[in-house]
Amino acid sequence: MKELQLHNLYNNFRDGKTIKAYAKIIAKDAQKLDKTINIMEVCGGHTHTIMKFGLPQLLPSNINFIHGPGCPVCIMPKERIDHAYILAMQEDVILVTLGDMIKVPGSNGSLQNARSKGADVKFVYSPMECIKIAKENPTKTIIFFAIGFETTTPMTAVLLDQVIKQNIPNILFHINHVTVPEVMKELIDSRDIHVDSYNNKIDAFLGPSHVSVIAGSKIYEPFPKKYGRPVVVSGFEPVDVMQGISMIVKQFIENRCELEIQYKRVVTYEGNLNAQATIDKYFEKVSLFRWRGLGNVPDSGLKLRDEYAKYNAEVVYKDILPISEIEDHKLCICGDILRGMAKPPECTIFGTACKPNSPIGSCMVSSEGACSAYYKYGNLL
Amino acid sequence: MCLSIPSKVIEISKDKTMCKVDTMGVIREANLMMMGDEDIKIGDFVLLHIGFVMNKIDEKEALVSIETYKEILALMDEEEKQQAILNDNNCENR
Repeated sequence: MKELQLHNLYNNFRDGKTIKAYAKIIAKDAQKLDKTINIMEVCGGHTHTIMKFGLPQLLPSNINFIHGPGCPVCIMPKERIDHAYILAMQEDVILVTLGDMIKVPGSNGSLQNARSKGADVKFVYSPMECIKIAKENPTKTIIFFAIGFETTTPMTAVLLDQVIKQNIPNILFHINHVTVPEVMKELIDSRDIHVDSYNNKIDAFLGPSHVSVIAGSKIYEPFPKKYGRPVVVSGFEPVDVMQGISMIVKQFIENRCELEIQYKRVVTYEGNLNAQATIDKYFEKVSLFRWRGLGNVPDSGLKLRDEYAKYNAEVVYKDILPISEIEDHKLCICGDILRGMAKPPECTIFGTACKPNSPIGSCMVSSEGACSAYYKYGNLL
Repeated sequence: MCLSIPSKVIEISKDKTMCKVDTMGVIREANLMMMGDEDIKIGDFVLLHIGFVMNKIDEKEALVSIETYKEILALMDEEEKQQAILNDNNCENR
């Protein structure tokens, strides 16, 4: 093939024959492993692909997936959802957020529920739609409830950049952006305390696709070097995932522990430097961000820099936003699932009290959560 | 949440802040403000995420992957053929 066509970027990376070919290669290589290897796919997009295409069925029994916490909607703690709900219920406010947030339940209900009670909530495809909404509603305050990992953070930063440059007076931000390497570190650090009792551990990471497009593979440097865990940054298509798994297995049988990129068609070591500079201009780290299911994770959240405090809805509306934390449901074992200590069907409320339409735990909230993927594609297991 | 869509750039605005892309026949607008001024040209393959071009797809690297997959499939075919011949030779009913 001399020239790339758009359809190649879809079809060639979903090709069933190639997936099966990689399954054979992995099965052959895995015979040389002297133990089971537990691979955490950090990103919810990978979890979705793995379950949708039934990849665990194609892999030998000594390759085990641990489904990671990389679904920013799933890990949003209830108190943050409550903020969105309270802000949306203000008379002069239009709350704008991405469609992924529609059904996520807080303690008073979801944003969908708030809308049914008369709140003005708009679900948008792109953050830039806030500008049009703000211009059409000059007497209202538009609050953009920003969610997402490194992939989505620069888009919020570009919106703020434009709000300032275009001097738009009625857009504020409620920031809930989180970062991936910090939670990966937390999972290893918290795991190693439990390793003996649970006899399970993260041996390697399948690195996120589009977080890495923005941040570059450089953010995973510490994992092979300091933590002794190989990382292969892999694309989202099933062939990408199988090739990524194959590369991890090869590292183990060749006694290597490295950072590699499978998804070379878009991921570089440095990432998108323009996007990183825009993020750095407007955001700084918060010392703790509480993750639903995991608790406080050091340095894993972002907030607007102090010089942009006037755009920060949490500052402007601080008198009406509660700061107390809301605990997860007692029967929910999402924390254990995210740490790789349990699989979704082991939870007593999985598929009974906790379902995609009435989620209790974080992993059931979005289609990218492990429980939701098991619920949807469970018949493949 | 972090999913994005491969698309082809078909038009770029004069101020280079926006472009039009083709996503398997669907034409839509995409924001270019996350990219450097000279980064994206008409005909480039890009990744779209929530209305933004987040990066260019490296055509050469994509082709290298596709070629690798073809080679693997050819190798598998050859191995299967050899195995079939072997099975045939060992067949007791021959």
